[in-house]
Amino acid sequence: MREGFHPTTVEELEAVVKWAAAGRIPLEVIGSGSKRNWGRAVQSAHTLRTDGIAGVIDYEPAELLLTVKAGTALDDIQALLKEHNQELPFEPVNLSAVFGGSNQAGTIGGVLATNLSGPRRLKAGAARDHVLGLEAVSGRGEIFKSGGRVVKNVTGYDLSRGFCSSWGTLAVATSFSIKVLPRAAKECTLVLPGLTPQEASVAMSEAMGSSAEVSSAAHLPSGFCPLSQEHSITLLRLEGIPASIDHRMEKLRSVLKRFPLQEFIEGQPSRKTWGDLRDLIPFAGSDKPLWKLSVPPTAGQQVIAELEKRFVIKWMMDWAGGLVWVEMQDEGPHDGILRRIITENGGGHATLLRGSAELRASVDVFQPQTEALMGLSKRLKVQFDPHRILNPGRMYAGM
Amino acid sequence: MAAIAMPKPSQETLKKRTKIVADLQKIVRGEGVICDEIEMRPYETDGLTAYRQLPLVVVLPQTVKQVSRVLKYCYDNDVKVVPRGAGTSLSGGALPLEDGVLLSMMKFNRILEIDLGNRVVVTQPGVTNLGITTAVERDGFYYAPDPSSQIACSIGGNIAENSGGVHSLKYGLTTNNLLGLEIVLITGEVIRLGGKHLDSEAYDLLALLTGSEGLLAVVTEITVRILHKPESARAALIGFPTSEEAGKCVAEIIAAGIIPGGMELMDKLAIKAAEDFVHAGYPLDVDALMIVELDGPEAEVDDLLRRVSAIAEKNGSSYLRVSLSEEERNTFWAGRKAAFPAVGRISPDYLCMDGTIPRAALPQVLKEMQELSRKHGLRVANVFHAGDGNLHPLILYDANKPGEFAAAEAFGADILRLCVKVGGVLTGEHGVGIEKRDLMPEMYSEDDLKQQQRVKCAFDEKQLLNPGKMFPVLHRCAELGFMHVHQGQLPFPDIPRF
Repeated sequence: MREGFHPTTVEELEAVVKWAAAGRIPLEVIGSGSKRNWGRAVQSAHTLRTDGIAGVIDYEPAELLLTVKAGTALDDIQALLKEHNQELPFEPVNLSAVFGGSNQAGTIGGVLATNLSGPRRLKAGAARDHVLGLEAVSGRGEIFKSGGRVVKNVTGYDLSRGFCSSWGTLAVATSFSIKVLPRAAKECTLVLPGLTPQEASVAMSEAMGSSAEVSSAAHLPSGFCPLSQEHSITLLRLEGIPASIDHRMEKLRSVLKRFPLQEFIEGQPSRKTWGDLRDLIPFAGSDKPLWKLSVPPTAGQQVIAELEKRFVIKWMMDWAGGLVWVEMQDEGPHDGILRRIITENGGGHATLLRGSAELRASVDVFQPQTEALMGLSKRLKVQFDPHRILNPGRMYAGM
Repeated sequence: MAAIAMPKPSQETLKKRTKIVADLQKIVRGEGVICDEIEMRPYETDGLTAYRQLPLVVVLPQTVKQVSRVLKYCYDNDVKVVPRGAGTSLSGGALPLEDGVLLSMMKFNRILEIDLGNRVVVTQPGVTNLGITTAVERDGFYYAPDPSSQIACSIGGNIAENSGGVHSLKYGLTTNNLLGLEIVLITGEVIRLGGKHLDSEAYDLLALLTGSEGLLAVVTEITVRILHKPESARAALIGFPTSEEAGKCVAEIIAAGIIPGGMELMDKLAIKAAEDFVHAGYPLDVDALMIVELDGPEAEVDDLLRRVSAIAEKNGSSYLRVSLSEEERNTFWAGRKAAFPAVGRISPDYLCMDGTIPRAALPQVLKEMQELSRKHGLRVANVFHAGDGNLHPLILYDANKPGEFAAAEAFGADILRLCVKVGGVLTGEHGVGIEKRDLMPEMYSEDDLKQQQRVKCAFDEKQLLNPGKMFPVLHRCAELGFMHVHQGQLPFPDIPRF
């Protein structure tokens, strides 16, 4: 059985890491474990759990700035921001439905370690774009900080953003300063029913290329969710003050006038639709392999068409086609062909989000890297964690 | 010329100069290698003209293969390399080394692809920042980061410095608008990162490279996202009797949840200099002048202008003028954009600082800066990107008066210490370079700086790329490896377990 450390202070966490470094003892590093079944499994006898290092250090709504300990629950952060009519602009994703666990969204540290962003990423930027500062303990047991509490800062390398999406393999974060923004007064979604994936791709591209300031664009095939029971739907979300939304909606409808079937949802139904999309609710209640494909937005529909020629798949497009979620109906493995199709259609990458332990152990969960890039990634790992004690093998074998 | 300690030149490299030049001429033929002293003169300094140094040799490659071979040659022969874009750095990032190859990327001057469907531009690094917007503006698009040197600065240099600009308040810095890079390591290895897709895979090396000041790799291709131009934009000039009131107004606008396209402040000295220079119609009877630009649909702009005006009035504004035409909006900006050269007209020399502070600290910092001005006996004109707390105090001095440059540098260092004291940082957008290099310990502990250098060691273990910039002390990578840990038991036996 694994032994778990559950420090409640930075000093305790530092002590655990130093102890592990001295004894070359690998640690599985988790926040609260909500994404534990994503990625490669870590072979270790010890788990370091960081959600005991929790709490708000400083929240200044007027400065649009939040400094929190890394183990703070995302749910707590979102509730606090909501009280002040603010939010995390990148719409953090709650994966609990996909993994069938308890309904908790994990810690802010886990969100940033995986840089997973919701539908608004198109306009607002990714999770990492909102990180201003970081404090962490490296794999050598050294406490360090990077960045600061201001938006504009080029003092030294940007370790704060650079450590997002490193999956706890370089350092264990202990706190973050994050840029927050006011919540939009209103949201309204234009729904275009019945488009083919190709038509949807064109519609989303034209919408994003207009001055309507579309904040999210997605396409769901028919039969995929309650809203698309009878026909496919293409969703375009506008957010802002009411007068602005009315004007931009007119604009958007006119840009898309060759798709004459146009419906609207707003308020709670709109929020729920995007919330369900964000949290991948249509893929809940299954344990079939689920892949996250990041591709040039206009290539999304081509990649889907190529996949449908070869496999039975369940899919949806977000980020105007740039994010494609694909659930394979058989166990596979599909990684080789998936990645070949992506390469042939403009590049990008594929990550296995959900898969059995056997599948995750047998395929490349993360996009394989070229020799030169892998060499660089490994040198970075060795610099920060020379004894490979932090989440060894979590991303790539031998790293 | 001012003095700053740079790495000791390698005598061996200096002795081998003739051979190095000949070898490089074999890689980049024709006019791509410059070794004549007079022809190398234009490369001896960048935008921080107080420092000058002739390089060993200047190389202007034209292909990725040439870049790769030049770097590999330098790696194999332990020759230092200083990469250079358009040479507009305000922190000395492109200052040459006596024993270093100056690698100019300005022949990489083509836009490779405009992809409107995916809203991206793929470009070579020597294209100017404005060149990208110019290439897409007829289709209604633009590239958002807009440093004031945008007519001259290269997009490759923007990556090196993580450049911002007036509009970064709403649209982000270079790092937020970058999707892909092709880089060449000092070993000559070529690596592609990201692309036209939205998030890059595995370690976020794009983040580490953006703002790395030419110390990690040489960029040979860049993919940036472009945005559709806002439907309308209007600017307001708002005057205040004191800088403190203006500072409070800035903080309250942001606190109200309004993110203007740009929000700039100038103090009395800067207003006067700008008005005398470009006649923008600025009021001269105010102590602080704010330019707020709001963009988006007209209905939204109108609504926000009303709210901004009300906040300004509440904070004691004494002057308000809203642009009624595109021409008038551009005139408002003309004065601000010319503020640096305008200050150059009222003083023989000036030093431009670049700290960033939390917005709420603005009134306090302005007040203390005036005290520092008295202490050092030098005038200061203030121009800031107020919305994101990025200050540009211009310290006026005369280099011909003995001791004034040193006094100006001491004044500047005091201002940056003040920024750090109130929770800010040394540089918001100009970079560390050589200018703020020795102030890094004001902001970072030894352990903090060690982590920064570890990134350097992963990319460039021999420390051949742009040494002498950013880090006050150059540790050898092997020295950084030592670990201060004691083998044995957990010092906290009572850490909670589960």
